[in-house]
Amino acid sequence: MKNGIIGSNSEKFFMAQHSSKGARFQAVTANRLLDGEVVYLAADNSWTEVFSEAEIADGPEAGEALLARAVPDGFEKQVLEPYLFEAIEDENTGFRPVSVREIIRAKGPTVRLDLGKQARRQAQG
Amino acid sequence: MYRYDEFDHQLVAERVEQFRGQVERRVSGELSEDAFKPLRLMNGVYLQLHAYMLRVAIPYGTLSSRQLRKLAHIAREYDRGYGHFTTRQNIQYNWPALARIPDLLAELAEVEMHAIQTSGNCIRNVTSDQYAGAIADEIEDPRIISEIIRQWSTFHPEFSYLPRKFKIAVTGHAHDRAAIKLHDIGIVIVRNEAGEIGYEVHVGGGQGRTPFIAKKLAEFVPKDKLLAYLEAVMRVYNMLGRRDNSYKARIKILVHETGEEEMRKLVEAEFAQIDASKMLEVPQAEIDRITRYFEPPAFETLPAESAAFNKAQADDAGFAQWCRTNVVAHRQLGYSIVNISLKPIGGVPGDATDVQMEAIAELAEAYSFDELRVTHEQNLVLPHIRLDDLKAVYDRLVTHELATPNLGLISDAIACPGLDYCNLANARSIPLAQEISNRFADLDRQYDIGELKIKISGCINACGHHHVGHIGILGVDKKGTEFYQISLGGSADEHASLGDITGRAFTEDTIVDAIETLVETYVGLRHADERFIETYRRVGLTPFKERLYAE
Ligand code: HEM
Ligand code: SF4
Repeated sequence: MKNGIIGSNSEKFFMAQHSSKGARFQAVTANRLLDGEVVYLAADNSWTEVFSEAEIADGPEAGEALLARAVPDGFEKQVLEPYLFEAIEDENTGFRPVSVREIIRAKGPTVRLDLGKQARRQAQG
Repeated sequence: MYRYDEFDHQLVAERVEQFRGQVERRVSGELSEDAFKPLRLMNGVYLQLHAYMLRVAIPYGTLSSRQLRKLAHIAREYDRGYGHFTTRQNIQYNWPALARIPDLLAELAEVEMHAIQTSGNCIRNVTSDQYAGAIADEIEDPRIISEIIRQWSTFHPEFSYLPRKFKIAVTGHAHDRAAIKLHDIGIVIVRNEAGEIGYEVHVGGGQGRTPFIAKKLAEFVPKDKLLAYLEAVMRVYNMLGRRDNSYKARIKILVHETGEEEMRKLVEAEFAQIDASKMLEVPQAEIDRITRYFEPPAFETLPAESAAFNKAQADDAGFAQWCRTNVVAHRQLGYSIVNISLKPIGGVPGDATDVQMEAIAELAEAYSFDELRVTHEQNLVLPHIRLDDLKAVYDRLVTHELATPNLGLISDAIACPGLDYCNLANARSIPLAQEISNRFADLDRQYDIGELKIKISGCINACGHHHVGHIGILGVDKKGTEFYQISLGGSADEHASLGDITGRAFTEDTIVDAIETLVETYVGLRHADERFIETYRRVGLTPFKERLYAE
C-alpha cells in the first residue's frame, strides 16, 4: 500500500503522496464536487477537465505555491481534496502524468474506452 | 420473499429525505466535506477515481424481477448503462452524479432497496448461500436466520459505533458457498444427534491486510439462543476490540491476540448473562412469521426425468455442455438451479448491462418464481428452473451473451474494480482477469484444467478475495508502476485455507505467462481427477515455485 494513508475507516485517502521526493514537474488535481469528475488546476485558477490545460509547476516550491492556489476560501464548494502529482515531459503532448493511477484518472478506465474523458475526446474528434 | 413492513418503509424514506437535505447543504457550501463524507458513506456513496460510486445492498443476495428491473432502470437513467455485481453480493454503480443520488435512492426505496449498511462501522448486510432454499440436502434455508440477524442488527444502538465494520455470513449447507470462515462471524446451520437444528458459530475470520480463518467458538447454539450468543460476541468485541488503530480493529485481531480458548470463555460468560435475562430469545411466533416469507414457491410435482430436456441435450452439444457446468441439481424433482455467468470470455467480471439485467429479470419472472440470486463469485442465479424449461432459458441467455459455460473454471475469475475505478488501488485487476480469460479462451482446455478459482485484488484490502484463491493475485505498486504478487492454495469453502505467497512479484507483461506456467505445472503433476487445489495440497509450494522462477 502507498504511503500517507490517514484515518476515516471506510474510505481512506491518499494524502499528497503522488509525487516522488525528487519530482520536478507537478500539477494539482481534485475531483469535482457535483459529479466526481477529475479536474486540474489551470493557470487562471479555474478547474479544467483536461490534463493538457493544467498548470505545470516546475520545482518543489512552485508546486507548493500551486497547491496553495487550489485551496482558497470556499474551494470545497467546487472540488474535493486537491493534491499534487508528478508529471513528466513528453515529446508528443508536452507533459504527461507519471503514475499509472494518474494516467488512468486523466483518461478513464482502461477496460472501458467508451467511458470517461477518453470517450469524450474521441467524440470531439 | 421478505417484504418490508410499514416501519421499514418509513424509515428508509426518511433516510432518503435526510440525505437529500444533506446533499443540498453540501452543494450550497453549508456542509464541509469533512462533515459530509461520513454521511454520504452511510448512504453507500463513495468517491472513486473518475466519479462517485454508489453501493446498493442486496441482502443475502436475493432479488425479485421487479428489483432487478429497477436496478436496470437505474443503470440506464442515472449511470452509464451497466452495473457491477461484487463479491459482497452488492451492486455498484460507477458514475452517478451526486445531486441525483437522492432521487436514485428514492427510486430504489420503491422496490424496498437501499444502500444502508453497505458502509461504516456497523454490522453490514448479511450474506448467504446463493442456492438457499433450492439446493438438495440443505438443513434449513439460511435466509431465515439471516433476516432475523438483519432485523436485530439494523440500527442496533449498541452496534452503530463498533470499533470497525462487521460482516456476518450464513450457510445452511455442508458445502460452504458463502465463505463463512472469512467473515467476522460465520454461521453454519447444523443438526445435532437429537435431530434438532442449531448453529455452529465461527468467529474472527477476515481478509484484508491480515487474513485469518475464523475459529469455531461454538459447536451447537440452540435455535432460540442464537441472538443471545451473537450479542455476547458483539459485546466482547465492543468492550475489548481495539479502537486505537483501524488496521487492528477487526474482531479477527481480537480473537488472534486473545486466543481462541480465552475468547470462547469470555463469550460464554457474557452469553450466560444474556441468556439468563431471556432478553434476546426470539419468540417462535416471530421465527414463524419470517419463515413464511421464505416458504418454498409452489413447485409442481414433476417426474425426475424430462424427456424434452434429455432430447435438447442430445441435439445441442453447446446446451449439454452448459448444463454440465452451469446447472446444479435442485432439491425438488424436475427442477434445477441455473447459474448465469457474468464472466464472458474476455469480459469484465461481474458487469451486466441494463438490457442484460432486464432480460434476466424477464427469465426470473417467466420461469423462476420471480426469484434471482447474486453470488459472491460475481455471477447470478435463477434458483428454480424446471428441467422442461432449461432449453428455453438457455436460448434466451445465449441471445444476451449470458450463457458462457464456465462456472468454477479458470475464466470464472473474480476481480475487484482495481485501479480502473478504485481510489485505493495499487494496480488494475480487471484487465488481468480479461487477459487470463482470453489466454485460456479454449473451453476444452478449461474443462481439462477443471475447477480452478482465480481471485484478483488491486490492493491489500482484498476485496477480490485473493488470499483464498486457488491462485490469488495481488496488485502492488512500485513507484507508480503495477506489479502482481501470486499466492497459491487458498480456498474459501468448508476447507478454507489462506494462500502461500510464491515470491517475487511479476510485471503486467509477465503475469499471464506466470499463471500459465502454474497451470501447466499442475497438469503435469496431477493424479487422475485431482483438482488444482488437491494437487497443491498434496505436493505443496515447492514444485510450483521452482517452475515459476526457473530462468
Ligand atoms: C471504492 C470501492 C471500495 C473501497 C473504498 C473498499 C474499501 C475496502 C477496505 C478499506 C477494506 C479493508 C477492510 C479491512 O481490512 O478492515 C475492504 C475489504 C473488502 N471489501 Fe472493499 N472496497 C471497495 C470496493 C469493493 C468491492 C467492489 C467489493 C466486491 C467486489 C468489495 C468487497 C470487499 C471484501 C470482500 C473485503 C474483504 C473482507 C474483509 O473485510 O475481511 N469492496 N474494502
Ligand atoms: S482490493 Fe483495493 S483496489 Fe480492489 S476494490 Fe478493494 S480497495 Fe479497491
